[in-house]
Amino acid sequence: MASLDRVKVLVLGDSGVGKSSLVHLLCQNQVLGNPSWTVGCSVDVRVHDYKEGTPEEKTYYIELWDVGGSVGSASSVKSTRAVFYNSVNGIILVHDLTNKKSSQNLYRWSLEALNRDLVPTGVLVTNGDYDREQFADNQIPLLVIGTKLDQIHEAKRHEVLTRTAFLAEDFNAEEINLVIEKRYFLREGNQIPGFSDRKRFGGGTLKSLHYD
Amino acid sequence: MSFLIDSSIMITSQILFFGFGWLFFMRQLFKDYEVRQYVVQVIFSVTFAFSCTMFELIIFEILKVLNSSSRYFHWKMNLCVILLILVFMVPFYIGYFIVSNIRLLHRQRLLFSCLLWLTFMYFFWKLGDPFPILSPKHGILSIEQLISRVGVIGVTLMALLSGFGAVNCPYTYMSYFLRNVTDADILALERRLLQTMDMIISKKKRMAMTRRTMFQKGEVHNKPSGFWGMIKSVTTSAPGSENLTLIQQEVDALEELSRQLFLETADLYATKERIEYSKTFKGKYFNFLGYFFSIYCVWKIFMVKFWSQHISFILVGIIIVTSIRGLLITLTKFFYAISSSKSSNVIVLLLAQIMGMYFVSSVLLIRMSMPLEYRTIITEVLGELQFNFYHRWFDVIFLVSALSSILFLYLAHKQAPEKHMAP
Repeated sequence: MASLDRVKVLVLGDSGVGKSSLVHLLCQNQVLGNPSWTVGCSVDVRVHDYKEGTPEEKTYYIELWDVGGSVGSASSVKSTRAVFYNSVNGIILVHDLTNKKSSQNLYRWSLEALNRDLVPTGVLVTNGDYDREQFADNQIPLLVIGTKLDQIHEAKRHEVLTRTAFLAEDFNAEEINLVIEKRYFLREGNQIPGFSDRKRFGGGTLKSLHYD
Repeated sequence: MSFLIDSSIMITSQILFFGFGWLFFMRQLFKDYEVRQYVVQVIFSVTFAFSCTMFELIIFEILKVLNSSSRYFHWKMNLCVILLILVFMVPFYIGYFIVSNIRLLHRQRLLFSCLLWLTFMYFFWKLGDPFPILSPKHGILSIEQLISRVGVIGVTLMALLSGFGAVNCPYTYMSYFLRNVTDADILALERRLLQTMDMIISKKKRMAMTRRTMFQKGEVHNKPSGFWGMIKSVTTSAPGSENLTLIQQEVDALEELSRQLFLETADLYATKERIEYSKTFKGKYFNFLGYFFSIYCVWKIFMVKFWSQHISFILVGIIIVTSIRGLLITLTKFFYAISSSKSSNVIVLLLAQIMGMYFVSSVLLIRMSMPLEYRTIITEVLGELQFNFYHRWFDVIFLVSALSSILFLYLAHKQAPEKHMAP
């Protein structure tokens, strides 16, 4: 468990979108029975075999840091949260497909995490509006995950998914839309259970959860 | 003719208040959430509008605007509507949204929300028994019955909040009380927080690896299910799983510690911000106000019946404005602190209920501060309630609340510096 093997991934998003459920699903291969409100940050670890089956196979521990709270929190809470954003290898942005505001807030979340190096009370000139320039030189991979797809009526699904596709492209991120249902549990090994089949690729330089 | 003019003025002002409540809801309370049930927004704005109208009618009463008979009519109508909202509509919808959140009861939402509402009504009615608030000659469904109970709840709330506010206001704003927080303190606490997180991670890594090797060896970590399962697990438990439960307990303890550290760090940052704010010009101004208000609050605690009739009229205006503003700000902070996307509807409705009750009892209590000649309309409209009871009840609860807040803040203040001195 040398520090070289450390892979730190942030899981960000508004309250109630399903971050804790997602992290629990990824790490325990089980559905979280009683999700409760996250105070501060909860961490979980997933064992991952990188490049499995090849000679360069290496086992990594992926740490998923599930940071609780909302973008509208008091600045004292934001300053405290900032301590978790150090030396991050990747960011997962989670939004609720049934709640438009949670998707809009993702911009502010990503800015908060990426601007870690600025003064904590630095002025955000864009005030939450999207500015592609800010993501242009971003080296940290982003993954956008939409949850609760099953709670959307069949007819509206296409419209919702098109909207989220634009969102993912804005971030230059990959996108996965999730259905967390009770059927999917106790799968073996590295298979991530419960994903629906929709995946989109938004940009060139982006890597997925599997790191070099 | 004049009645029509007066009514149109009242209705216009009500629409204005409604719009203001709507905007406040959209821009402030619900700015991070998506409004899916417009019913909630409408109810909140309507409650706000009718509550503000009551204050408006008091001011009109004092300034003698509008015809007195139309004023009386509007008082009665306003009161009826607000009681309808506070006793029937809002509790019903609160029950409805609570039930909607629970999956099991989702099918028969209406039935269960009616049941919840009936339970609420039962307790609401029982509330009147221990208090000497009514003379027995009133009927069951009269306005006096309802408003007396609403008044009791609202007055208790007001007294609790005022008592706490009277003590907390000087404590927060006077720099004398601000603990000295340095950057080094904050850094030390942050380091402890990160160390705790690292410890949690290393334990979880061990657990994950153990689980993986167990899985590969073919032992599956089953939770004991059923009666036989439990008996079996007592005698034959794999050593791996025993280890896991032990580590899991350690992890739980560490996670609790990390939450504590997080909250303490946030608290330190907040204190540091308050210190910095107090050095600015605005901060110094509020500090001065804080001293002024603290003297006023202390006075209030010890000499409750001071203000003479005519000074009180000016105070009535100030009290109305500041209490509306103060209440809205407090509600907003409270809402941000505790709501999530699931419970936001319920909490907003609870806030609307509290706001309505607060305003109704303000009217009851403001009668005390009003000059004698203006009290008649309130007495006329509200019927023969025992107003003195409410005033005395307010004083008692105010005193109790203020004293317990002093005790509470003293203990909190004492405990805090020692915690942060820890290595």
